[in-house]
Amino acid sequence: MREFVPSAQLMLGTRYLVLVLIAVIFIFPLLFMAMSSLKPNLQLLTDTESMRAFLPVGELSFDNYKAAFSRAPILTFVFNSLFVTATTVILTLLVCSLTAFSFVFLQWRGREIAFSMIIATMIVPFETIAIPLLLMVSKLPWLGAEGFELGWLNTYRVQIIPWIADGLTVFLFVQYFKGLPHEFIEASRVEGASWWQIYRRVVMPLCGPVIATAAILKFLVMYNQYLWPLIVVQQETYRPVMVGLQYFFQYNTAWGEVMAYLTMITLPVLAFYLFLQKAFIASIASTGVKG
Amino acid sequence: MNSNLKNTQLAGWLFALPGTALIFLFIVLPFLFAIGLSLTNQRLISPNPTEFVGLDNYQRLLSVSIVTLSPTTDAQGQILLDDNGQPKYPRLRSITRNKATPEYKGMREWFRWHSGDQAKVVIARDVVFMKALTNTLLFVLFVAPIQAGLALGLALLVNQKLAGINVFRTIYFMPVVVSIVVVSLLWRFIYDGNNGLLNSVLSSLTWGWFTPIDWLGKSETALGSIMAMSVWQGVGFHMVIWLSGLQTISPTYYEAGDIEGASRWQAFRYITWPGLRHTAVLVLIVITMQAFALFAQIDVMTAGGPRDSTQTLVFQAVERGYGKQDISGGSTISVVLFVIVLCISILQRYLTRERT
Repeated sequence: MREFVPSAQLMLGTRYLVLVLIAVIFIFPLLFMAMSSLKPNLQLLTDTESMRAFLPVGELSFDNYKAAFSRAPILTFVFNSLFVTATTVILTLLVCSLTAFSFVFLQWRGREIAFSMIIATMIVPFETIAIPLLLMVSKLPWLGAEGFELGWLNTYRVQIIPWIADGLTVFLFVQYFKGLPHEFIEASRVEGASWWQIYRRVVMPLCGPVIATAAILKFLVMYNQYLWPLIVVQQETYRPVMVGLQYFFQYNTAWGEVMAYLTMITLPVLAFYLFLQKAFIASIASTGVKG
Repeated sequence: MNSNLKNTQLAGWLFALPGTALIFLFIVLPFLFAIGLSLTNQRLISPNPTEFVGLDNYQRLLSVSIVTLSPTTDAQGQILLDDNGQPKYPRLRSITRNKATPEYKGMREWFRWHSGDQAKVVIARDVVFMKALTNTLLFVLFVAPIQAGLALGLALLVNQKLAGINVFRTIYFMPVVVSIVVVSLLWRFIYDGNNGLLNSVLSSLTWGWFTPIDWLGKSETALGSIMAMSVWQGVGFHMVIWLSGLQTISPTYYEAGDIEGASRWQAFRYITWPGLRHTAVLVLIVITMQAFALFAQIDVMTAGGPRDSTQTLVFQAVERGYGKQDISGGSTISVVLFVIVLCISILQRYLTRERT
């Protein structure tokens, strides 16, 4: 039975009021974006003078969305982003978990040096290597379907391959593997399982949580890529969504179309986040506890 | 037994090879390249062969001097005053273009201050770089403690046992999943000088007394505005890290504190804060690293302006290395940035080391 003391109720009310006010601060730009995408350009700009900016009022339509599609090859950008993101996430999970498996369960010469090198790369911000990496990839060879070529600029591979392996993901898997009971693995060895079978059949099936963590962190990095595709991809055929924004600032900027585009590239991620919010928050938290 | 060892040797190499090779090729190697290229005059595309130039690039970036200007006097030795009644000074060119002082050739004014009648002028060979360096350091210096502090406050708020608290946690974290490029564009509307949302809110809160400010268009407010937005976007991330730290503190400590009659502040000071030591180190390191990489906000919102008040190291590295195709110049800035990040992370490790 709950006791209704007025002052306690007041306290509770104040707590919720504070929480709600802060929530408003975090939500209002996104609300503004979604509402503005439905308004004509002129109204969008005059509405920012009042609370109307956050309300679905005035003349509402999906005209901005139609116009946005005719201005830029949006479907190409979205496909490119999804393709690059999905491919990289899958390859990252495979490559980094294999590397971590080898560091934790296998004995080999050079293991300590390789592991130290990988951990050390965690303090190298990508931004500091972007320029020399640009020079490097512009000269790298590639043997593809069309034969031998030189240079990786304006391709999917330049957006995928440099991002597959990273220190953080290897580190997350190493930490997780260390917490697994080693008896399982010894037992499988005695039964004559190969290392690949142990990795595939014994260890990976236990890795749900760390796979979710690594996949979410990598997804956020890849979908939101900006600097790297900006400098290595000049052709719209390969450009991802964030760089595609530039289309809306050529000639005259129609803010309604910009808002429609921003809404289209942001809402799926937000929906994905709201759907899996427990996993998202747990994945960020896990980088903290074990760090 | 021996064959078993050989077996793990080979399997180990094979398993580790793809990841290790990729990290070496795409992180370690470009990093070593950056150091190498910073010692040359490499350009992205150039008809001339690349030459080794030693530390020239670093010297050009980092050379700074102070020169003193004495007020101009008339024939009687009287100091000449300008229209505002301030002493007049000779132009800086009299020093930087003087054949008698060749070491100052090509340097420009960064800033000046007055001591007595004399003006002390700080001149630099690369003023834009110096501004980028100080802006980046200012950004880190303000954003790291503010964002860490606010994030801790939010973490304490959403750690309360209230119905529906999860909803608030979810909302506070939301900006983290939105791309910084999208966020920067949206905030251009908030900061707009004419009918921006911030100006509208401020003027309605003060019944029209507040005069609108062009937040991103004035050199006094531009960097601060970008700092505020960056905190808004990133604070949820660190809230979650603090929260996971808070949840590792055993509730029995708080029960003991209750029995002892500890106030809420005492409980925070003597139970919560000591329990968060490791988390604090991590949060500070992560924020510092993220803050040093400041680029997208600048690129979308101000392009370094107005009057270079929002130049940053990464923005300059990209503008030179990519925009002007000056690979060696961009690499030099990258190396300088890395050295700073390295020093700070060593310093943070040292300051927060385990005392035994």
